[in-house]
Order: sequence, then structure tokens, then C-alpha cells
Amino acid sequence: MDRLSLVFAALADPTRRAILARLADGEATVNQLAEPFPISLQAVSKHLKVLEQAGLITRGRDAQWRPCRLEAAPLRDISAWADQYRRFWDERYDRLDDYLRTLQTGPTAEEK
Amino acid sequence: MGETKTLDVKLQGDLEIVMTRSFDAPLALVWEVHTKAEHLKKWWARGHEADVTEFDFRPGGKWRIVEHGDSGEEWAFRGEVREIVPMELIVQTFEWEGLPGHISVERLVFEHKDGKTTLTGTSTFADKEDRDGMVASGMEGGANESYQALDAYLKTLA
Repeated sequence: MDRLSLVFAALADPTRRAILARLADGEATVNQLAEPFPISLQAVSKHLKVLEQAGLITRGRDAQWRPCRLEAAPLRDISAWADQYRRFWDERYDRLDDYLRTLQTGPTAEEK
Repeated sequence: MGETKTLDVKLQGDLEIVMTRSFDAPLALVWEVHTKAEHLKKWWARGHEADVTEFDFRPGGKWRIVEHGDSGEEWAFRGEVREIVPMELIVQTFEWEGLPGHISVERLVFEHKDGKTTLTGTSTFADKEDRDGMVASGMEGGANESYQALDAYLKTLA
């Protein structure tokens, strides 16, 4: 699977999105991350693995204390991708803007 | 006047994208260019040439617009008009023929605000299966997913 697909798959789950939102405030351990969720530590670990494989988080080296950290780069890819959709609509509405102006100032301006 | 026209894009719930944009034109005119084929072909296709091959503007009526890219590509879109409140509201379905069967519902609200006409378009996607299918099918159809992802991204930065 390509990276964008991995990131999308990782973000498709609300628990994983909540974990990322939490990590935006700073590093946290698995225990700290698991606190707000009514699921097991194992389940949280599984989610962290998915996030890690997608490159969305990195984990510390210390075996005892392995804080998770948010990695923003893959999210920027997603943002850039979403921007293409925004551009599509922007272009269409810019065109509408021009056309409305033409209609209001008379037909002379219409020919390029 | 140095005013910038920007498209505001927001996510709403799990299935919706809300897009808002203002125009310096009377509401009646903005309504008109959305409801007649002769106008739609002039702006709908982002500056590309467009054929409006079908446009039956009444509840139950169908529309179809083909956009022609600069190097011969064609993108066809179609839908069915569901509801019309003159000068206020158009509800219609939206489907890209490149990804048939993945139909979203578009609610376009027209408002006169501060001397401008404001359009608010809300696109509602069908369900999770549809959404996941769209993502699997490729980028053009994955807009809803991309915005969900973007939403998550923005939340992480908030």
C-alpha cells in the first residue's frame, strides 16, 4: 500500500484520530493515551502500531518509557491532497465570479 | 477593492462537506446562472469548455454536464433535481460518471447578505461503505475522506 493509503487507513478510525489529537499537545505514554478510552491497553497498543506504520507517530527508544510523538509530515500530504479538491471548487467559483461580472457590465466584456 | 474571495470549506459530522462563498452580484442573478443551461456552460466547468447535455430544472428533472479538459479529457457529471425553492434553495444529486453509483446530495442555499450573495453548499455522502469505496477507487472520489483526514489534521494542530 502506498503511504497516502496507509495514512488514510490510519485516520479512518476515530480512536486513532483522538490519539493524534492528544499527541498534538505533547508526547505521551501508552498508559496516558489509554486513559480516556473505554478500551484495553492492548487495543490502544494496536492502534499505536497502525499509526506508527503510517508514519504518523514515532516512539521513544527507552523500553520502560516509550513516549509516543506526533509526526506531522504525512498529515501535510493529506492536507495537500485535500487542497486539490478545494482548488477544483475555487476555480469553478472564480469562473462564476468572472461570469457574473460580465453579465452585470454588459455583453461587450464577454469576448476575450 | 482588494477584497479576497475565498471559499470556506468545513466538515460537518461524518458525512458532510460545507462550502461557502460570496459573490458581488444580486441574488436574482446568481440564482439565474445556476438555473439555466446557457449560463451553466459558461462557468460550471472551471473555465473549460462544457456541454450541458441535459438540464431539466424541475423536481425530478435530470441534469448532465460534460467538462472538456485542455488535452481532450472529458469529465461528465450528472444528477437529479430534487427540490427547488425559487431564489432560496436547490437540492440535487451529484455523481461523477467516472465513479458511477457514488452519489452525493448537494444542498445549495442562496442568501442575500451584506450587499452580497452568499452560496452555501452542503454535500452529503451516502454512507461509510460508499465512502470507503470511493477512497479505494481513487483520489477524485475520495474528497469526503480527504476532508475527514484534514479535519483530523486541523484538530491535531488546534
